[in-house]
Amino acid sequence: MRDKKDLRKKRNGTGGKVVTYILLSVWAGIVLLPFYWMIINSFKPTPEYNAETTPSFFVYAPTLENYIKAFTDVPLARYFLNTIIFTLVTTALMVIVIILAAFAFARLSFRGKNILFVAFLSLMMIPTELVIITNFVTITDLNLRNTYLGLILPSVTSVFYIYLLKENFEMVPDEVYKAAKVDGTSDIKFLFKIMVPMCRPTIVTVIILKVIECWNSYVWPRLITDRQEYYLLSNGIQEIRESGFGRENIPAMMAAVVVISVPLIVLFLIFHRKIMEGVSRGGTKG
Amino acid sequence: MKKNGLKAWLYLLPALIFLGVFMVYPIIDVVIYSVEQGFSFTSQTAHGIGFYNFRYVLSDPYFIQALKNTFILVAVTVPVSTGLALLISLGLSSIKRLKELFQTIYFLPYVTNTLAVGLVFMILFDKTEYTDGLVNAFIKLFGGGAVDFIDGPYWAKMTVLCLYTVWIVLPFKILILTSALASVKKDYYNAARVDGTSKFRMFTHITLPMISPMLFYLIITGFIGAFKAYSDSVALFGTDLDKAGMNTIVGYVYNMLYGDSGGYPSYASAAALILFAIVLSITVINLIVRSRLAFKGGGGNA
Repeated sequence: MRDKKDLRKKRNGTGGKVVTYILLSVWAGIVLLPFYWMIINSFKPTPEYNAETTPSFFVYAPTLENYIKAFTDVPLARYFLNTIIFTLVTTALMVIVIILAAFAFARLSFRGKNILFVAFLSLMMIPTELVIITNFVTITDLNLRNTYLGLILPSVTSVFYIYLLKENFEMVPDEVYKAAKVDGTSDIKFLFKIMVPMCRPTIVTVIILKVIECWNSYVWPRLITDRQEYYLLSNGIQEIRESGFGRENIPAMMAAVVVISVPLIVLFLIFHRKIMEGVSRGGTKG
Repeated sequence: MKKNGLKAWLYLLPALIFLGVFMVYPIIDVVIYSVEQGFSFTSQTAHGIGFYNFRYVLSDPYFIQALKNTFILVAVTVPVSTGLALLISLGLSSIKRLKELFQTIYFLPYVTNTLAVGLVFMILFDKTEYTDGLVNAFIKLFGGGAVDFIDGPYWAKMTVLCLYTVWIVLPFKILILTSALASVKKDYYNAARVDGTSKFRMFTHITLPMISPMLFYLIITGFIGAFKAYSDSVALFGTDLDKAGMNTIVGYVYNMLYGDSGGYPSYASAAALILFAIVLSITVINLIVRSRLAFKGGGGNA
């Protein structure tokens, strides 16, 4: 009797498992479908694609022609270069700015520290959409439209990351700081030789999040650039959609989409643990 | 000590300058813009102060459309994505094999370019003269008629926008909920199992209270994120969202500011402040509900 009951329980358990796996696989399929679709169609010759009345999941005569087209018909390489410059410079500047500020809040004492920190925190509530209007006017007035500087400057600080890093800096025991002081280590040396290496995981998290954000940023670059030489990838893809390749050339578009998506996906596949851990600690997208 | 104080300000200087110029000053400025009537970009002058800009925006049919679109988007995608994320996370935490593979796949949309993948969604749903597209092929397979999801009826366009938004926001929610579920102590379940508690009761009495702080966090960030939707819509329907009838509040702000319809920072500011007011009130309501529930149900671990 007991055996039978246990057996049934077990069978129910495996049945549930199978259903779970099936449902999880279905969702995985939905997630992967757009990726599969962009890849498969990027290898289809344009006439083959256009001749399909029912879309085909396979490619019969794969070609690289679309990829060549993506780089020659539109300045995709230029968009890439711009995005790389923008991402690297913005992230590097931001990391320096937030390390200095977080250190001041975490380790130094000065008058008005608490009030200032509260003021900083309250800035976290302010959405970008609210400040972007004036920033657009500011950058225009400074004649910085269509420059790297204009693209970069407004996004080199983040209150949230200062907060994240400050919390982490405070976890470094006071004794370490005092010992360094006794040894006559200057604050700045202590910060970059001891604090920063000790808090590396948080800094890496911040860098990852910022790189993803920069790589995909669309709104600000769109406002601030109207010359193709300064387009980032997101703006480039929108341009391609609206006028590149003669609109109808879907395979070439898909090739461009693949080229744009690959760098971050490769980065993600290599560092997926680190990135997911980082996002769960400090991400807010969605 | 005094020297230390000066040094601290030096460390803070870069952050203060950038925040001052690109955040604090803009907040003040946006309020000023919003109450200046008839401000002109070219002459840099305004005639008078008042709430005309707000009245204008609130009676602009484009804004009403954007408001409607945004509210539908929020009302559909926040519950759907949170619920779906919870189901998927529960599924994920009940398995061992292939768990990491699934998790990695589910996270992929987070690291993709919204504009680029939006283009793929457009292709999947688009109906052209040559082909009905993949999604329509499926619909026809089940006996339905082909629908033009990109240039067709409003509900069809809204469906794609909601689907794409859910696709984009799920990775973050799944990630947060999976780790929240993993942090629920196994002892509770074991104790409940000894007592012969049913699975459903275990879920409503142990799991849900324990992960409720994270659920609330996701609902709040979900609301905020959905209210600020814009680039998803651009990705699917192109930059002329007013023409497509699929504009969002944020899109309205940008259209007022820039492009063919732009040059009206006052209207843009008024719209942005309305958006801010909406987001703020929703957040406050959420926090009130949360504290009420926490008192009743005993919280959990934050």
